[in-house]
Amino acid sequence: MAGQITFEPDDRYNAFLATCKTATHGSGKLAGVAVAVKDNISTQGIETTCASKILKGYIPPYDAHAVGLLRASGAAIVGKTNMDEFGMGTTTENSAFGPTLNPCDTGRVPGGSSGGSAAAVAAGMARMALGTDTGGSIRCPAAFCGIVGLKPSYGRVSRYGLIAYSNSLEQIGPMAKTVKDVSDLMGVIAGYDRHDSTSRDKPYAHTPSADVKGLRIGIPQEYFGAGVDAGVASVVKSAIGKLEELGATTVPCSIPSMEYALAAYYVTCTCEASSNLARFDGVRYGPAADTKKSWHDAYQEVRRDGFGPEVRRRIMLGTFALSSGYYGKYYAKAQIARENVRNDFNRIFADVDVIAGPTMPTIAFKLKEKSDPLSMYLADILTVPANLAGIPAISVPCGKSEGMPVGLQIMGRTFEDERVIDVAYAYEQAVN
Amino acid sequence: MADADGQVIVGLEVHCQLDTKSKLFCGCSTDYRSDGANTHVCPICLGLPGAMPALNKKAIQYAMRVAKALNCEILDESEFSRKNYFYPDLDKAYQITQYDKPLAEGGYLEIESDEGGEKRVRITRVHVEEDPGRLVHMGNVERGKYSLVDYNRAGIPLIEIVSEPDMRSPKEARKFLNKLRATLEYLSVFDSEKEGSLRVDANISITGSERVEVKNITSYKGVEKALTFEVTRQKNLIRRGQKIERETRHFLEARGVTQAGRSKETENDYRYFPEPDLRPLRVKSWVEDIVLPELPDARRERFIKEYACSLNHARTLTGELKLANFFEQVVAADRQGLSSLASTWIADTLIGELNYRDMGIDRIDAAGFTGLVRILKEGTITDKSGIEILRVMLDQRQKGEPIETAAGIVKRLNLAKTSGDAGAITTAIEEAINENPKALEDYRNGKAGALNFLVGQVMKKTRGKADPGELNRLLLEALKAREA
Repeated sequence: MAGQITFEPDDRYNAFLATCKTATHGSGKLAGVAVAVKDNISTQGIETTCASKILKGYIPPYDAHAVGLLRASGAAIVGKTNMDEFGMGTTTENSAFGPTLNPCDTGRVPGGSSGGSAAAVAAGMARMALGTDTGGSIRCPAAFCGIVGLKPSYGRVSRYGLIAYSNSLEQIGPMAKTVKDVSDLMGVIAGYDRHDSTSRDKPYAHTPSADVKGLRIGIPQEYFGAGVDAGVASVVKSAIGKLEELGATTVPCSIPSMEYALAAYYVTCTCEASSNLARFDGVRYGPAADTKKSWHDAYQEVRRDGFGPEVRRRIMLGTFALSSGYYGKYYAKAQIARENVRNDFNRIFADVDVIAGPTMPTIAFKLKEKSDPLSMYLADILTVPANLAGIPAISVPCGKSEGMPVGLQIMGRTFEDERVIDVAYAYEQAVN
Repeated sequence: MADADGQVIVGLEVHCQLDTKSKLFCGCSTDYRSDGANTHVCPICLGLPGAMPALNKKAIQYAMRVAKALNCEILDESEFSRKNYFYPDLDKAYQITQYDKPLAEGGYLEIESDEGGEKRVRITRVHVEEDPGRLVHMGNVERGKYSLVDYNRAGIPLIEIVSEPDMRSPKEARKFLNKLRATLEYLSVFDSEKEGSLRVDANISITGSERVEVKNITSYKGVEKALTFEVTRQKNLIRRGQKIERETRHFLEARGVTQAGRSKETENDYRYFPEPDLRPLRVKSWVEDIVLPELPDARRERFIKEYACSLNHARTLTGELKLANFFEQVVAADRQGLSSLASTWIADTLIGELNYRDMGIDRIDAAGFTGLVRILKEGTITDKSGIEILRVMLDQRQKGEPIETAAGIVKRLNLAKTSGDAGAITTAIEEAINENPKALEDYRNGKAGALNFLVGQVMKKTRGKADPGELNRLLLEALKAREA
């Protein structure tokens, strides 16, 4: 132990589910830096609930790999941040412990599902945070709260200890106010982990460079089409114009597979979730089952009472889609649609270096604005393609619309996380 | 059409625990049997939130050895899937197994058929999966107050071997299992003596009727017992004109019966899908590293060639790895001289005596047994004395007493043949004939049993020590002398 910091934030946004009043830390690259950790990432000795009643009281006996790396780098883990229950949502309103409010406008949501991490950073309570991104859960709140968030290439950061929602889509990623901090945090958490068979030996040791001369940027028409708010589109277009001023060139392109991307995404994530969340049965952790009942009845009761409505909805959707006779119709088809998205990106990346567009089609929603699930799902349309393809994508603040932050999203080739960092850094340096 | 005399058709699904040091997806030790509940567990095999499986390469290499020994095609790319169902012993509520892309497909295993020749039982597939935990019921499973869960077993690597319905009787099924066990043991990937290391599901039907699955068979004998029960049950139903339901039944080992399982309505839909936390399993480069040891069939042929064993003796001796090793240890010093006696005495006598005492061959000292075989070879004791000596040695072993040498027992019990001591035998013969005039008369009248009777009487008088050949010769001489 090199030292300790006192952490007593004025958490008026309900960003934290747990805080560590005195957070000890070691020495290293991030010595003494306050880092907040999303509540679906296991932290030894600190309650980890995924913002769900069903995990209330669960204290992991082990650290997620990324958390272990954080501790080894000297970071002080100051608390666990609020989120949509198990990561299922785009607003952080689906938390069993109340919504997080957007520090830029407390009448609005911070985005989700890593809303607590984004709010904690945006409000200055923590300098850095870990989020997780399954279909936009880092980039959306980063955009809505006006901070930087990176979804790394799939396999670049170990998922060991991340409480799985949709294994084949999600990644742990860094969130901070500046691209440099995001890059530094990425440097700590990236790399191979033998405990995660899907992780790859691609460590990240990069210092951001602001040079974008000669860079070719693909601009997919779908990212400026129907459903994308005109105010948001125009802010993002002028941000891309800034990159052109810095020497980049833009190339119009198209991702036709996006027509099925959202459906493929929701089939995949609900199927995987229905299996991942089956273990929460009250036998080993969480509120115990009523043992006077038969185990089957007890399971039903625990799960009915323990999961929120959106989680129950997704479990049921996924259970249905995987049922005998439906697998080929849904899961198998979704994987084909996924392959098509990958192919589209590969085709485009043969010609351009990065793809740019808005992170979210709108600015942050008002609280309770997205009351029907389908309209909320539609808000993920610009972020899910990167998860389906496993490519890196970053959201960097690029101005305001209606007084609320707007995020510029930059996507790159698989394992070219350094390049999307550089482009974001070039933009950030040019405007600040 | 249903026919009570129809052909019995049997297919087996065999689950064996692979004898690796650590579990399939984590580093926990597999040596859990003598330790307390939930002592061999970690976040991974407990299925704690966030834990992920990391494949044990050794388990896959073991399974590949099995696949090759069973003449299967090992697929270049196989895949793990999740089998989803709720049960308290299943910590993740899914089992990581292999579904539509198994490790290997399409092999065969040769067994001795009911008709006596060799026959091939086709192997459909071989795949790898994890064992679930274990429920410990407090009292009766239905009426007990509660059950506890022990996850020590969770994550132990299992291999599932599925056969085609190629067996034609419960006996053939037993032979298949015995052969499979021998093969796995020869491969050093399986320890059949570990409790719970084998579980069998059997499919059985009679031509023209539906097939019935019998689950939960946990012993080699149990397979034959369960299937024999089913054959009788199904044939009786057919005789009474009733239909055989397609169903799953459970074998109750203690009672030797099968019992209908749960009804169709609650049957599981396992919702299989590829395990997203594991990459596809590409083993092509490992295939050439597989080196198979001598397998039971090859060893059997070698025993016949090298030791002049009979086919039956060779089959018995090579049917268990330890038995085959024991035989070769016994004859090591004098291959030509001892092999014939050793194979007979091990296969025909020792095995029976061991079974009677429920002892394993590994409790027998090969050197001590060799001593007995040597004395038998020298011809200084009779076979009957040989058995007596063996029993004394086994009893001493079982009671944990110091074990005497065969020579020592011969001396102590004065078992040396009265061979050469023709006088003693002649006296005994004279006595026997004189005491049994009826037998003498019967002999003279040509009754076949009379001679044997007299032999028995003389044996009794010499306490079994008379050399049978010598006795026969002297007795015939004595009888002839009286006729004259």
